[in-house]
Amino acid sequence: MTPALIGKKMGMTRVYDAKGTVVPVTVVQAGPCAITQIKTVDSDGYYAVQLGFGQAAPRHSTMPQIGHCAKAGVGPLRHFREIRLAAATDQTLGATVNVSLFSDVKFVDVIGVSKGKGFAGVMKRYHFGGQCASHGTERKHRSPGSIASRATWRGQCGKPKKGVRMAGHMGVDRVTTRNHSLVKIDAERNLMLIKGALPGANGAVVFIRKSITARIRPEAPVEAPKAEAKKK
Amino acid sequence: MSYGIVKEIEQEYMKKEVPAFKVGDTVDVATRIVEGDKERIQVFSGTVIMVKSSGINQTFTVRRIVNNEGVERIFPTHSPFIASITVKRSGQTRRAKLFYLRDRVGKATRLSEKKAKKIEVPSDTPVEAAK
Repeated sequence: MTPALIGKKMGMTRVYDAKGTVVPVTVVQAGPCAITQIKTVDSDGYYAVQLGFGQAAPRHSTMPQIGHCAKAGVGPLRHFREIRLAAATDQTLGATVNVSLFSDVKFVDVIGVSKGKGFAGVMKRYHFGGQCASHGTERKHRSPGSIASRATWRGQCGKPKKGVRMAGHMGVDRVTTRNHSLVKIDAERNLMLIKGALPGANGAVVFIRKSITARIRPEAPVEAPKAEAKKK
Repeated sequence: MSYGIVKEIEQEYMKKEVPAFKVGDTVDVATRIVEGDKERIQVFSGTVIMVKSSGINQTFTVRRIVNNEGVERIFPTHSPFIASITVKRSGQTRRAKLFYLRDRVGKATRLSEKKAKKIEVPSDTPVEAAK
């Protein structure tokens, strides 16, 4: 199975690596996840597994949710996530998977929901430069400036183009951050130390998978021993 | 909001024993310096003028005068590059950050030595009376 888990962001700290340099890491409580559904070409037209994570109180669950989890022999779960597979998996329904899936993974991608920023102006939302602090600027220091002119549609109408960047709601978006170095795995406590900041607040649910884009540098070429070089 | 588990992980990376030093102390900080595959130890000695943050994030600033020029170095307390910290002298201070030393030259940069606290409690004093 492709290494992937649902987890909970616990917070950030720093650790020291083998060389003694500081590495900023995010601690993630990853799994254990239950396999709540297995999809095959015969049943659904493609191969996939569904992971479930986090206990939900039965009184807050609907009967369909409880029934779906009961098929896998687990209590009602809160968060689900499907992972597409290229071929049939050897995992069984109701089995639990944990961080040991990632034992030989070096880089991971993390998907989460970013922190809400509310109604944000263009300087914060799109990194616009804003206007002058002085030179006669009044009450317009953070405004976007011109959004269109009469010539925007070749003089046909005076409307702004579709998709012009303006102020609006920011945050609470699905965000994928890629190629985080996986610093450490703690199988006993189901923890992962992932380098760098992850989307969302502490306590947010994140999805972690083996990086699909990371280009792993080949190991440094081993220099031939000097004794051998002399012989040649 | 942070979780206790983060603190537990920090504990694993923290040094078990860090010598007690305070702002105002004159310390020798031995740092490991790796040159190629060789390692040597360099000592930086001076006055601790600042201790910042706590836990694994703690750093301290040491100030000394080299060739009439003030030099300050910031060390992470729990860094593996720090081999040892030795307190040579304890200075008497009334504040937590000694930035005022930066404006001082020569003899004025000295701090008076801290006197050891003497607590004399007669052995026959009842515990309640001591309160």
